Amino acid sequence: MRGQVGLRGKAWFEALTGRNFPLEGDPGSVLTADARLGNETARFLCVVPNPAARFPCARQGEVGLEEAYTLAMRVREVIQQDANGTKRPVIAIVDLKSQAYGRREETAAIFLATATAADAYASARIKGHPVIALVVGQAISGGFLTHGYQANRILAFDDSSVVIHAMHKEAAARITLRSVADLDRLGHQIAPMSYDIHDFARLGLLHALLHVPDPDTPSPITVAQVQKALMDAVADARAGSKDLSNRLMSEGARAMRKAGLAARALMQEQWRHD
Amino acid sequence: MSTPIAAPAFVNRHSFIELDARARAQSLMDPGSWRELVGPFDRMESPWLPLQGIAPQSDDGCVVLKGTIAGAPSVVIALEGGFQAGSMGEVSGAKMSAALDLATQDSQNGKKTTAILLLETGGVRLQEANLGLAAIAEVMASMLALREHAPIITVIAGTVGCFGGLALAAGLSSYIVMTREARLGMNGPEVIEQESGIEEFDASDRGLIWAINGGEQRVAMGVADELVLDDAQKIGAAVQSYVKAGLPQVHRSQQVELYRRRIAALDASAQIDPLMLRQSWNTKTREGDTR
Repeated sequence: MRGQVGLRGKAWFEALTGRNFPLEGDPGSVLTADARLGNETARFLCVVPNPAARFPCARQGEVGLEEAYTLAMRVREVIQQDANGTKRPVIAIVDLKSQAYGRREETAAIFLATATAADAYASARIKGHPVIALVVGQAISGGFLTHGYQANRILAFDDSSVVIHAMHKEAAARITLRSVADLDRLGHQIAPMSYDIHDFARLGLLHALLHVPDPDTPSPITVAQVQKALMDAVADARAGSKDLSNRLMSEGARAMRKAGLAARALMQEQWRHD
Repeated sequence: MSTPIAAPAFVNRHSFIELDARARAQSLMDPGSWRELVGPFDRMESPWLPLQGIAPQSDDGCVVLKGTIAGAPSVVIALEGGFQAGSMGEVSGAKMSAALDLATQDSQNGKKTTAILLLETGGVRLQEANLGLAAIAEVMASMLALREHAPIITVIAGTVGCFGGLALAAGLSSYIVMTREARLGMNGPEVIEQESGIEEFDASDRGLIWAINGGEQRVAMGVADELVLDDAQKIGAAVQSYVKAGLPQVHRSQQVELYRRRIAALDASAQIDPLMLRQSWNTKTREGDTR
């Protein structure tokens, strides 16, 4: 297993933007930069660990109050700046622990904070910005809903330490009264419960899985490879619809989300029947 | 001979909380105007629960009614807190998201359709984990698309409350109506205690939970809009008033600068006093509007 969550995200942010510190006035946990992507400029955003964060439950790469509002502000800034021009791609580099589990966060309504960031990403998408999530490490629960899951296209590294999940394994085991071994076994049988990125890919939610050698250490070759994948995803997003319907039309969805697609089709049929 | 008893209004009220999701949804719509879509007889069930030895439910815990409220085209989507704690699965999520998308289509075609969400839920159904989380992301996307045309009114009545990913969805709604028996928060007390320790949050401290997540606090601090009595008529009247009000000028989840400044002004070195937030955040009394 690799080290701390967020460090790989930071490494890729730096490799793709040439910057490794926050914009002026922003908390140390949110990195934002405009950088070249092919022949245009894209906005990159990443949540990283910040041991000096004001809020103690948001120091290890969690998305807390400051992180969520900063993401919301930096994404809305792009929408505003590009209102009358070319819509810049927005790239969310994802390697985060989860949302912050703290009392301060609950008291100050973290549900609203995270909603503002999801709102900003979705608004960018609806306005025509290609929004791409690049999952290089962990993408867990409310953290991913806040930062990444509203993207037009989701890319993920094909690597054993990449995890996209509703809840980290130990907590899910406790809450469902199962052992971690049981969860692993169930994951092999029941794809949506799996912690394996290959099983996640089967659900048809990803645009592509990227085989990147030595993913902890970006090299000129792998950076070029990831940039190419991002550019392809941007082009694909621009050519497609501005909603998330691509996630429902994928081959994986047709195989793994049959029940949901049937419920949708029936809803459509009965809705019209006035 | 019976002696007339002067029962107080509280006793004679028609409790909303005591109703199940279907009856709650029905009570909000104009009588005779509604029909249920993808109802239990359509048997759209979770394919994942039986694989784990858990009995599915024929509506997957999600009730969708289409009809009118105060004469206006509306769809009510209610999660059943009594089934798997109202958790979001593949099918319940698909029903919710599809109904919101159809309301958006109707709205775009000139038939503005308001959505009312009755959220009693712990969030993602962990037995369908990743499809539950994906469903919530899709519900949020559908809400944001509808919100361009028509309001979304979230009612959290209790007693499950609204937690997890769907609390984020609640945060996107145009209006939030709560009772004193309702709670709203992203991480439930048990989850915080488990993740961050009992010193951070003692999940057995009921007073603390209600002081932070309770409907009275959420409305008083201005992150929800109206506190109503557990009375079907009063909740119905509140919903009708928001249907008539239409879209707010600005949605709360667009108020990034306001809330960012408020977070910046907090003293994060100690726990935050919920009562202090009522004074410093709620501008309702001063400006006549929480926004």
